Amino acid sequence: MSKFRKKNSGETPKISTASLPDIVFMLLFFFMVATVLRDNTLMIQNTLPAADQIQKLDKKDRVIYIYAGKPSARYQDKYGNQPRIQLNDKFATVSDVGAYVLAERASKREELQNVLTTALKVDGETKMGLISDIKQELRKVNALKINYTTRIGDYTQNQ
Amino acid sequence: MGRRSAPEVNAGSMADIAFLLLIFFLVTTTIETDSGINRKLPPMEEIIDPPIIKERNIFTVVVNKNNQILVEEKLMNIRDIRKEAVAFLDNGGGLGEEACDYCQGSRDRSSSDNPDKAIISLKNDRETDYKVYISVQNELVAAYNELRNREFSRLYPSENVTYVEADKKYTDPRTDKKVKENLKEKLSVIKTLYPMKLSEAEPNKTG
Repeated sequence: MSKFRKKNSGETPKISTASLPDIVFMLLFFFMVATVLRDNTLMIQNTLPAADQIQKLDKKDRVIYIYAGKPSARYQDKYGNQPRIQLNDKFATVSDVGAYVLAERASKREELQNVLTTALKVDGETKMGLISDIKQELRKVNALKINYTTRIGDYTQNQ
Repeated sequence: MGRRSAPEVNAGSMADIAFLLLIFFLVTTTIETDSGINRKLPPMEEIIDPPIIKERNIFTVVVNKNNQILVEEKLMNIRDIRKEAVAFLDNGGGLGEEACDYCQGSRDRSSSDNPDKAIISLKNDRETDYKVYISVQNELVAAYNELRNREFSRLYPSENVTYVEADKKYTDPRTDKKVKENLKEKLSVIKTLYPMKLSEAEPNKTG
């Protein structure tokens, strides 16, 4: 009779679950850190065009966002399928852009008010007419620094 | 025989492993930031006295309503724009005071005098697609970056980076102040060699 024979009781040993809370907390923290909170619910289609000669938009508190594109499927009954501008959570017209930029600028800290960038997040299928109108409005309120936000990629992806 | 139950695995160190992983991810993940092409719009005030610019110093790029690209009135494929723009900017056809000693272009008298004089004019139609416009912008910026990279590695081979990388390092808020000081000067030298003169005309009304 060997001394080292394993005992053959029918039940398998229980796995300790003491570490489960740790694992769960770890995952929680990871997702808390890695997720970007989107502060605007998009009501438009927003497939950004691709570009590779790009610069980063680093500090989020120095950026004003303007979205444009076709309304997404569930808003198309109401708003049609022509590209529109979205500011915060609402659809807007070109004439609202100036007031919006001024209001956003006024809400920022004073020392940041001169270094703001306006990020244009525009769907690739939009016509340039709308974008030119937005740019004219931005010039009127002297918001001259703009950023055409893009995906990272080659221009051939834009065909 | 002695019937022992299987020993339980000690879970005491599990928490340590979890924290180790947590800290690892905390350190390595960066929150995704937006990126894009930066541009500066011209101020609103009317220029009363527009400067006279010679035709040969302007490189006109037109994107029409059918998304066709016309460079100097010739139809062109988008993949050729970068090469053409580089050839134009780097031409250095000027004589005497307007000569360009660092240009490596063909010194054609019918093209630009020097990079400081050379202007790229981009015009689009109201019906142009945004993605085509961005592609063209991207290629034109790429042309400038290509030349700036070349000059940067020629003048500052000890830095061992390209102009674009150096610029990225300069704008990164985490970069050391001393490194920034050092880069700022070098970057501005390159910028005066190849200043980005990209003018955008107001678009055509579709007609």
